[in-house]
Amino acid sequence: MSLISTLARLEAMASGQAGPLATVRHRRISDRPLVLVPLTTAGEAGAPLGALVGTDRDAPRLLTVAQPRDRDLRFTFLAELAEAVLPYLDAYADVVEPAERSETDPETGKRVKAEVELCVDAPQIIVPSRPGIDFVRLLGRSMRFRRTAEEDPDTPYPAPPRVPLLGRWLTHYGERARVPGSSLLLAATDLLNRHWATGQSSLEDQHLGALLAWIDPPGELSGAEAASRAEVERDRGGQLVCPPAGPATDPAFDNKLLAPAVERYDRARQELAAAEDGPDADERLARLTAAERDIRALLHGVMRPAWDAVWHGLDLLRELPEGARVEERWTRDRWSFTGHRDRVRAGEPPQPRRDDAVTAAQKLATRETAQAQLDAAEALDDPLVLAGRRLSGEAFVGEVTEVVMAYSESKRPSPRPLVTVRTDDRPYLGERTKVFRSLDGRPQSAEFVRYENAPDGDDGEDGERVLVLRLTDRMGRAKEPAPGSVPDKGDRIAWTLFEHDQRGGPKLPDPEEAPWTHGGPPGTAGAEGTAAPAHAPDPVTEEDFL
Amino acid sequence: MTAPATPDAVPRPVPVGAPFDPGAAAARATDAILRDTLGAAHRGVVVDSPPGAGKSTLVVRAARELAAAGRPLMVVAQTNAQVDDLVARLAEKEPELPVGRLHSNDPDPYDRALDELPNVRKSAKAAELAGLDVVISTAAKWAHVQGVEPWRHAIVDEAYQMRSDALLAVAGLFERALFVGDPGQLDPFSVVGADQWAGLSYDPSASAVSTLLAHNPGLPQHRLPVSWRLPASAAPLVSAAFYPYTPFRSGTDHGDRRLTFRVASDGSGPDRVLDEAAESGWGLLELPARRTPRTDPEAVRAVALVVRRLLDRGGAAVSERAPGAVPVTADRIAVGTAHRDQVAAVRAALAELGVAGVAVDTANRLQGREFDVTVMLHPLSGRPDATAFHLETGRLCVLASRHRHACVVVCRAGVAELLDEHPSTEPVQLGVTVKFPDGWEAMQSTWERWSNHRVSWRP
Repeated sequence: MSLISTLARLEAMASGQAGPLATVRHRRISDRPLVLVPLTTAGEAGAPLGALVGTDRDAPRLLTVAQPRDRDLRFTFLAELAEAVLPYLDAYADVVEPAERSETDPETGKRVKAEVELCVDAPQIIVPSRPGIDFVRLLGRSMRFRRTAEEDPDTPYPAPPRVPLLGRWLTHYGERARVPGSSLLLAATDLLNRHWATGQSSLEDQHLGALLAWIDPPGELSGAEAASRAEVERDRGGQLVCPPAGPATDPAFDNKLLAPAVERYDRARQELAAAEDGPDADERLARLTAAERDIRALLHGVMRPAWDAVWHGLDLLRELPEGARVEERWTRDRWSFTGHRDRVRAGEPPQPRRDDAVTAAQKLATRETAQAQLDAAEALDDPLVLAGRRLSGEAFVGEVTEVVMAYSESKRPSPRPLVTVRTDDRPYLGERTKVFRSLDGRPQSAEFVRYENAPDGDDGEDGERVLVLRLTDRMGRAKEPAPGSVPDKGDRIAWTLFEHDQRGGPKLPDPEEAPWTHGGPPGTAGAEGTAAPAHAPDPVTEEDFL
Repeated sequence: MTAPATPDAVPRPVPVGAPFDPGAAAARATDAILRDTLGAAHRGVVVDSPPGAGKSTLVVRAARELAAAGRPLMVVAQTNAQVDDLVARLAEKEPELPVGRLHSNDPDPYDRALDELPNVRKSAKAAELAGLDVVISTAAKWAHVQGVEPWRHAIVDEAYQMRSDALLAVAGLFERALFVGDPGQLDPFSVVGADQWAGLSYDPSASAVSTLLAHNPGLPQHRLPVSWRLPASAAPLVSAAFYPYTPFRSGTDHGDRRLTFRVASDGSGPDRVLDEAAESGWGLLELPARRTPRTDPEAVRAVALVVRRLLDRGGAAVSERAPGAVPVTADRIAVGTAHRDQVAAVRAALAELGVAGVAVDTANRLQGREFDVTVMLHPLSGRPDATAFHLETGRLCVLASRHRHACVVVCRAGVAELLDEHPSTEPVQLGVTVKFPDGWEAMQSTWERWSNHRVSWRP
């Protein structure tokens, strides 16, 4: 945790209310996000219990599984989920604009521009918390390899028609959520934690109710009091007033309410199956319907607070103006959405169970680049974030006190003006450390030359430092620097020690040409030794036959 | 480091009573490595080298022999400083050998000293260096090389610090390779989470060697058995604490190296800890227990004071390298810390005391470097918790293994209690080779040993 966020937490602790960590919003919030509040069954991995889903905050669609261990009911739930989510995704797929993308020409091997479609906007899914994102990923994994009867008439347990497709989309969204700064799939807690600091630990910040209580406490309560109530207050029946935002449920709810209700449902189902004549069956069917209705009401009761909390959080976030560089990141999200749309339409198979070596390396490189871009962009967009970087010696803001023209010592001298800057910050500058400023949205670099007032790094009077920088680029090709490219005396400029842009990583080999050090192309044995493939099943042991 | 996988890695027992001849042991290991490298039986050879075991010497020797055998060689190092250092060493040993230094397009891409070497050609384009016996560059630069004939042979230096994805990007450039590195130093890392690939043999955030060996378990693994850098006082501790399954020895014996001072102690804490370190090789300057920010002003000042006193008292080092005592000047001293802001704070404190020329850096940047005396700000000093970062084995190992004579540790009291309150709780990942020792254990064992050389001091 950075020093400034520690300070913000201490302040929140002292004041009893969350304090800002940002002055602008660093993530895109769509005009029409799809909110998904999923619940899972305790002790049964990947068995959904219910969900509230939709784009209308007043009319969520309630999906439930009355008996989560019944796979038919689970498929019905997933089919309904597909019905709720896929039309929302589809609505964005055909609103496109022309765009250019550089591709490698397969014949010449050269980079050429290709005319392609880019979706004008992308669908956005918001879940309450980070475990919700994991659950989306899990749902995606459980669905994308299923086969429908149409795809494979011989499959023993065919999935409902659109379920595998939903699995592919949820997988894509789950993977995209791992890219720093992306906004396709977001958790409300992550969004709020990015923009506000509470007076509680980051573990406690994962509780959406408590987090909102710190940021926007109801009534007269302080944030701390409201948060503590959100965490522990129970009604007379022993149920949490603010149930967890899922996907896990509260054990007291499971034991006292849900389990008996599911039992009643099971019993009603058995009785209906054993019904002998018509009137008897009608009555039993009514009982079964009632039992199912009870479960729906119970689940709605514990999901609705989380649903409302997510929208409440979005309201708070929308009050912040969007950061200037968010649009750029959202455009990458749109490319990501469009790219997956194209892969689905081209009939490509679902994402593999595991990434191959090359894909994994590419993804890691992409995410590292995105992280560096995000860190820089947030600091450039937001003075409060920049303040944190200044405090940690990675940036400084100073007034230009003098500009002296100088030239490089090459055959064709180029301008290398010396800029004297007075600052109260304490940047970690060493000899020839590179620093950057934003000039018309693009970085201009300079290098640190010397301290003017304090040769040993001692502070001058009032703790201020005077330092000399040498500008090194973006001044045009002429002997005289281009107008506006050199700061003027009196300018107040933010300089960063980190780069604003990131160079793309190297080109990796195609997966079919993976080198011997990484197991060779897929499907081949390694070069030397036994080279058991990494995904071979575990060897069978005696314990497997208990 | 991992438990030994092949019999090669198990040290040959030294017969009882026979004097250990470090030179002969190292020569035997080097011969075996070169035999496997020059032979045709294996595509790759892995060499584990403890701190200061002559890894660079081995790389230079292997490069010369491969060049002599007429096999075009590419050398992959991790930083530009390492590349420049290798080029300079190669040119020193074999001035006639044509060497190419492949560099980036940045301004000042390489050390200007290379311009003095007549047989070193420098270029930013690999094609312009084609045909030279040896071409050396960083992994990052090699990764961008395309459209050239693959090299017959490669040497990958600091392979344990190279990430698996970096190896993936360059492995298409060579047919066979010698991988050299120190398994005990810092593992490569990623600034974003890579848990999703944990346990896969080609986890892109893992080290190049672990991927290589996972896919090619039959490759011969060798080990350099002698540390020429670490003194006899340090090698046993570093070996036992960080290399429990692959022990090594010091190349020198007790008494071969001495650290003396012209000026007697003034009885202060820094002077007493310097005397202790000169005497025993280790010194622990323990400040009163207290929770502090990372840039603990008292601890930082204590570090600076120790350095100042070391210079003021006219430290002189006697070693096998020179006949007489050599003054310990600022450039023979290093200060190591865990964080960059601590580096900045120590630099400022040294500047305040008028000390210049001492290397102050984080463990990551001190890797591969060597000094006479090091002063270390203990990673756990003043901390309220012990996180995985601070417990990382490699970090402590780097900080504790840079010195030829003595190492002074500056720390707040209470490390043992802190460790007891924070047992390591990292999640177990299926398929990931468990590393020994874990950082917690290494912290405990080094702390216990350093406590014997403790000087308690209240500034």
